[in-house]
Amino acid sequence: MANIPENLRYTKDHEWLSVDGETAALGITDYAQSSLGDVVYIDMPRVGDKFGAHEAFGSVESVKAVSEIFTPIAGEIVELNNGLNDTPEKVNSDPYGDGWMIKIKMENAGAADALLSAEEYEEYLSTIG
Amino acid sequence: MRYIPNSPEEREEMLATVGLKSAEELFRSIPADVQLNRALKITEPLAESEVIAAMESMAAKNTGATKPSFLGAGVYSHYSPTIVDHLIQRSEFFTSYTPYQPEISQGTLQYIFEFQTLICQLTGMEVANASMYDGSTSMAEAYLMARRVTRRDRIVVAKTVHPEYREVARTYGQHGGADIVEIDFNEDTGRISGLDALDDKTAALVVQSPNFFGCIEDLKSLADAAHAVGALFVVVVTEAISLGLLKSPGSCGADIVVGEGQSFGIPMSFGGPHVGLFATQEKFVRQMPGRLAGVAYDKNGNRGFVLTLSTREQHIRREKATSNICTNQGLIALAATIYMEAMGKKGLQEVATQNAQKAAYAAKVISAIDGYSLPFSAPRFNEFVVRGPQPATETLERLRTSNGILGGLALSKYYRGHDNDFLVCVTETTSRTQIDQLADAISNG
Repeated sequence: MANIPENLRYTKDHEWLSVDGETAALGITDYAQSSLGDVVYIDMPRVGDKFGAHEAFGSVESVKAVSEIFTPIAGEIVELNNGLNDTPEKVNSDPYGDGWMIKIKMENAGAADALLSAEEYEEYLSTIG
Repeated sequence: MRYIPNSPEEREEMLATVGLKSAEELFRSIPADVQLNRALKITEPLAESEVIAAMESMAAKNTGATKPSFLGAGVYSHYSPTIVDHLIQRSEFFTSYTPYQPEISQGTLQYIFEFQTLICQLTGMEVANASMYDGSTSMAEAYLMARRVTRRDRIVVAKTVHPEYREVARTYGQHGGADIVEIDFNEDTGRISGLDALDDKTAALVVQSPNFFGCIEDLKSLADAAHAVGALFVVVVTEAISLGLLKSPGSCGADIVVGEGQSFGIPMSFGGPHVGLFATQEKFVRQMPGRLAGVAYDKNGNRGFVLTLSTREQHIRREKATSNICTNQGLIALAATIYMEAMGKKGLQEVATQNAQKAAYAAKVISAIDGYSLPFSAPRFNEFVVRGPQPATETLERLRTSNGILGGLALSKYYRGHDNDFLVCVTETTSRTQIDQLADAISNG
């Protein structure tokens, strides 16, 4: 059974958001890391890059696949988790903690409210099996 | 793994399995009005002896193949040890194609890995790919890679880089928004100048060494100039044998090294097939084009080979691929690998030294001829420019028709204002007698 912390917001693309005022941290969920397998590389954007809602900002590469990662909300990249360059496996071992990927300054602070709650995400996971 | 064609019986079986009567039915989606619907216009089948006679008659038209030649300019006459041709004729090498299920072609991946390793050692770079088609397209790919890495569009390239390489790279990038700036050379030294074209829009400074005139560039200070504006330093090597004597481009600060491997035991063959070299530093590896063989270990701890970092390739991720290349020059890269391994470090140094010494002798005797000089003062490897008292095309035509010598390449083919200059190349295959004959023929003209 996948781990789904209560205090985060989620997307159907299996990203999680942790909102802190105008900034949000983003990563991929436990379900995503489990499906991908061992993560070997994360292709990151640069600090200062701007993205629109639902735009792909990078990709996560595992031994068997590579998947794009999307930001559900528009904003500007303000911080990257550079530690993932040397230890990408943190995405597997601690997807909601040390496995965080980017921090984005939200164009519209309220946008995160439209995302799924933990309960809604859990519901969604049960439909896709 | 040997690659053998299917027998008529096997074809029948395959057609029956898919429910077709003939192979032509597989092409039924092609509109009838573009189908040829006739036999190809070739001769009736000939007996083996007739085929051989016809081929020999065509080959005999290549009179240049039997004349002493001082031609270089990107394609070089070097001796290929017999073992190269002998080994590549093995059917498992000669017939095999690019592995698309790579892990079952361990032998192929192993020699690719050896090739990559040797190219890294010679260029002083951290990673090399499985090879590109040739030196000119390698350079074109380096332009694209530098633009991706730096997110800038300007390529500053020296006019002393092979003119045909520059033309190929320009064609390659013409629809991709590249801003190519060509910079001049110093007429006294033969080395590049015009570095003030470098700015914060520059993705790469591209330099060839030894350059088209045979002059060795000062790579270290060019690297510093490129890095000072945040651009990558790309070094082009058209004469791979020079790597046996000169300081490696990597040790001079190159970020990408591209070039031509034809000098490593590959026949000139009127321009190809040859083999492109591409090497870079580890930090840029994910932006490198081409196939990449890597070492891996199976679950029992046994070493094996794989094709790695495949997400750079178009069959894995089309829009984000670093290139559309999905193959390499396998057989040619293998031949070059056998050459490098047969010659070894000492052999390569010896060949390179002979090239430099013989070229120095030739430069000395030719420049001693009344009316002839060496216009460029920079140090050289195995090529140099000679300036004479009349148009070089006339000098070279006379050498060819009256003396049966291919004396070199007239610079006027590519450069304005150099009508009396021609490029001479001397390799380990040129004898002292031939050099003296060339000098005599020039001075008697």
